[in-house]
Amino acid sequence: MRIVGTAQRKVDAVAKVTGTTRFADDLALPRMLCCKMLRSPHPHATIVRIDVSRAMALEGVVAVLTGADMPIPFGILPVSQDEHALAPDRVRFIGDPVAAIAATTEEIATAAVDLIDVAYELLPPIASAEAAIADSDQPIHDYGDRGNLHKLVSLEFGDVEEGFATADRVREDLFFYEGSTHLPMEQHAALADWSPGGKLTLWSSTQTPHYVHRALAKVLELPPSRIRVIATPNGGGFGGKSDPFSHEIVVAKLAMITGRPVKCTLTREEVFYCHRGRHPTLMWARTGVTKDGHILAMHFRTLLDGGGYGSYGVATTYYTGALQTVTYHVDRYKFEGARAFTNKPPCGPKRGHGTPQPRFALEVQLDKLAHDLGIDPADIRVRHLAPAESVTANYLRIGSMGLGACIEKIVTAADWKSRYGKLPQGQGIGLACSSYLSGAGLPIYWNNMPHSGVQLKCDRGGGVTVFCGSTDIGQGSDSILAYIVAEVLGTAVDDITVVTADTDLTPVDLGSYSSRVTLMSGNAALQAAERARAIVAGAAAAQLDLPVDRLVFAEGRVFDAQDPERGMAFGEAVQAAEAAGGTVGTVGSYTPPRSPGRYRGAGVGPSPAYSYSAAIAEVEVDPDSGIVTVPKIWIAHDIGRSINPATVMGQVEGGVYMGLGEALMEEMAYRGNRNVVHKFPSMLEYKSPTTLEMCDVVTFLIEDPDPNGPFGAKEAGQGPLLPVMPAVANAVFDAVGVRIDEVPITPEKVLRALKDKARGKEGRFGPSRFPDIPWPEPTRVPTPREGGDGRALPSAARAGAGHPERQH
Amino acid sequence: MKPTKPNRTDKAHLALEVNGERVDVVFAAHKTLLEVLREDLGLTGTKHGCELGECGTCTVWLDDQPVLSCLVLGLACRGRRVRTVEAMAGAELHPLQQTFADLGAAQCGYCTPGFLLTAEALLRDHPNPTRAEIKQALAGNLCRCTGYLKIYEAVELAAARLRGDTAEPAHETLYGRR
Repeated sequence: MRIVGTAQRKVDAVAKVTGTTRFADDLALPRMLCCKMLRSPHPHATIVRIDVSRAMALEGVVAVLTGADMPIPFGILPVSQDEHALAPDRVRFIGDPVAAIAATTEEIATAAVDLIDVAYELLPPIASAEAAIADSDQPIHDYGDRGNLHKLVSLEFGDVEEGFATADRVREDLFFYEGSTHLPMEQHAALADWSPGGKLTLWSSTQTPHYVHRALAKVLELPPSRIRVIATPNGGGFGGKSDPFSHEIVVAKLAMITGRPVKCTLTREEVFYCHRGRHPTLMWARTGVTKDGHILAMHFRTLLDGGGYGSYGVATTYYTGALQTVTYHVDRYKFEGARAFTNKPPCGPKRGHGTPQPRFALEVQLDKLAHDLGIDPADIRVRHLAPAESVTANYLRIGSMGLGACIEKIVTAADWKSRYGKLPQGQGIGLACSSYLSGAGLPIYWNNMPHSGVQLKCDRGGGVTVFCGSTDIGQGSDSILAYIVAEVLGTAVDDITVVTADTDLTPVDLGSYSSRVTLMSGNAALQAAERARAIVAGAAAAQLDLPVDRLVFAEGRVFDAQDPERGMAFGEAVQAAEAAGGTVGTVGSYTPPRSPGRYRGAGVGPSPAYSYSAAIAEVEVDPDSGIVTVPKIWIAHDIGRSINPATVMGQVEGGVYMGLGEALMEEMAYRGNRNVVHKFPSMLEYKSPTTLEMCDVVTFLIEDPDPNGPFGAKEAGQGPLLPVMPAVANAVFDAVGVRIDEVPITPEKVLRALKDKARGKEGRFGPSRFPDIPWPEPTRVPTPREGGDGRALPSAARAGAGHPERQH
Repeated sequence: MKPTKPNRTDKAHLALEVNGERVDVVFAAHKTLLEVLREDLGLTGTKHGCELGECGTCTVWLDDQPVLSCLVLGLACRGRRVRTVEAMAGAELHPLQQTFADLGAAQCGYCTPGFLLTAEALLRDHPNPTRAEIKQALAGNLCRCTGYLKIYEAVELAAARLRGDTAEPAHETLYGRR
């Protein structure tokens, strides 16, 4: 292969380094109005009255909107349509949008926001997930599984108690994973334009233009064919731009009312309120193992603090339990998960979506088990890897599985065997592993259509244009389309033009989430390119009087494999094909394979392929200050196959960076007013690693092609973040003998654990109890080893068992 | 004394040098240099990440020194020299732009103009910086995509080329270890 597997510039690299990439806020249209939103200063309140007359009277104000103007609710998941573009009658967190202004200048819009009079009747705020369990007199929403518990999940695969009964060692541990936010460098922005002919166009920094398209059609009651959504290149996303947002709908409505273009660019503070970041998650893990460390049974509980709205939260809840079985073999598995509504900015999907939390818990607990059993932490993992080409206890189908190779590489490179447990006091190394999806197996709303589509147009001059709905958020997905098409058609990458993320021009791709784009849009592009190749090859073969299978497409030519001189330029071959059969255009599409799980809840977790990562962190702990520094991380990532190794390197290193931030400092913290006021909605006070905190990273790429990936490729965008936090926590234990069962691992937590240890106690910092939660009767599913067929056992008490829950 | 509220409609008119050319611009007097560049001069290559001086995204040169353009009033730039990312490339990319593009030091690209201008000033003053000096120079610029590593390597490679060396990136920079 000429292109796949070689390091390439991204197709948009020159635009990015010259500052010519047009992000959403870089766009401007004549007569454009500026939109500013009024947001709730209260965490929980009823809106008694809104008076906009003073704002309307201000010169330069063109329109004012309130909740009454857009009464139809929306939300990313069909089961959580609980948001309004502007709150009609109730606000549920500080920052909840209440009203919006369109004015001729930003200054006037800002001044007009202050002139809107809102009378609120305050309701008691619910500040924590624990409080949400108890308090159900005034639930935040009028839907959910029980009171303020938005979602309750209970699944049991095999009889876990039977497994615990035969275990040599059983551990119960509690962990807490603090919430954190995406902090993309670009603030969200959206620009809407309305044609009096009845067509709406929205440019927005969104990762999911297709879902924004659907939300706009629903709330604005417009036919989808009259709405065009264009996702501008995202200045970073990390999951933070994957919900349809209030401001996107608001600018659209304002454009429709005023007949003028309207733009809204969020301030950095507003981005913190939009959030949709990592759910703070309390976890309880009970794991039973043999003397050798084989996991006989695992019972895992999670309690997620969801914030004020549903967002992706139902899916997130399932994800905190789904992937525990994909790294190491687990005989029997039980998962109970709960998501609570609280009066804080809504949580949603952040890089790793629901899996960093349980991964942290599992990998730290495994480290403790290895310590208990006297087994090396690397060995306990390598011995019990989930087998390739197998089905897990919860019916996830694993394809290629390169975790063993990952562990081997880093263990050797970090000199693990001679350093683990042997470094001087204050220095340590720790190891952890992970796996992640290469795309969710099911779409967000249930249907049988492809998850990704591509159209291809071949030009007589030899250029090829690829049309795909996928959205480049910096990860390089536009480039992947170009590399794959250029590989198949034998042209240069520079001869490919990529048109993406435009609902008028491009076939649907579901969006940049769940690490799905390389695998899914890549497969769609591969199919479209192979079909185009077949058309062009047929015509070229006829003209050259050669059998089709002797043709080679390379170097911008189509030629005879046995006589390379005999051939023609690719553009000439396209001309021959046009002459023979008309305009050359093809389509390709991709739908993931069906998962074997048939129980309710089986929709979350399946993926066409799982990536694997292993990391070793080296730490230094200052016993006087408690400060943890991380000089170096070794990471190996099983990528299946690199389409462009340079962009894979970027994703792996970027994942390590973001994981390091979550391990040591990043937290979405609240204070005052019953703990619901954001503590620091600014980039200075929300601590993220700078160049001075970032560690050295040694990266290994493991190439073990997966049959479901294009050219064997799996994901790289999310998986490499996952092992970092537990590797750091395990290294802290190796360094100073204390367990920090909570992230971020801040100096005060380390100091408290060191003091605890000095007093002769356990030497641990972390949660001490998991609250009582009214878990429903579990859905019981016999495992594949027990002869199960993926269906739940019948339950008289529960209707609907056997239907997969229709969530991704 | 009671402060007087500035009249929001007051316009300032001033001349300054932007990217080597004299420009005359009329703008609302309260605007920052960042806003004047983006909104009144159409130079949207300069980005904003916080508008509070926290992230380094809006870095430009003012009289040959990198500054945060969100913290400089447009009015303070009368007669001064401003340089933005738009001035870095001619018909060819600047060596820093080449290496940022080749190594993947620009992922989403949003912070990239600020990093490029900060790095360009570093290399002008320190043609052969150590890794520690590069980290120190770039410590005021946040990037959420790259983990900074490819940025360091891009700066080092460009520095070598600007010194006249025929340097190439290490194989493992682009391919990882195997």
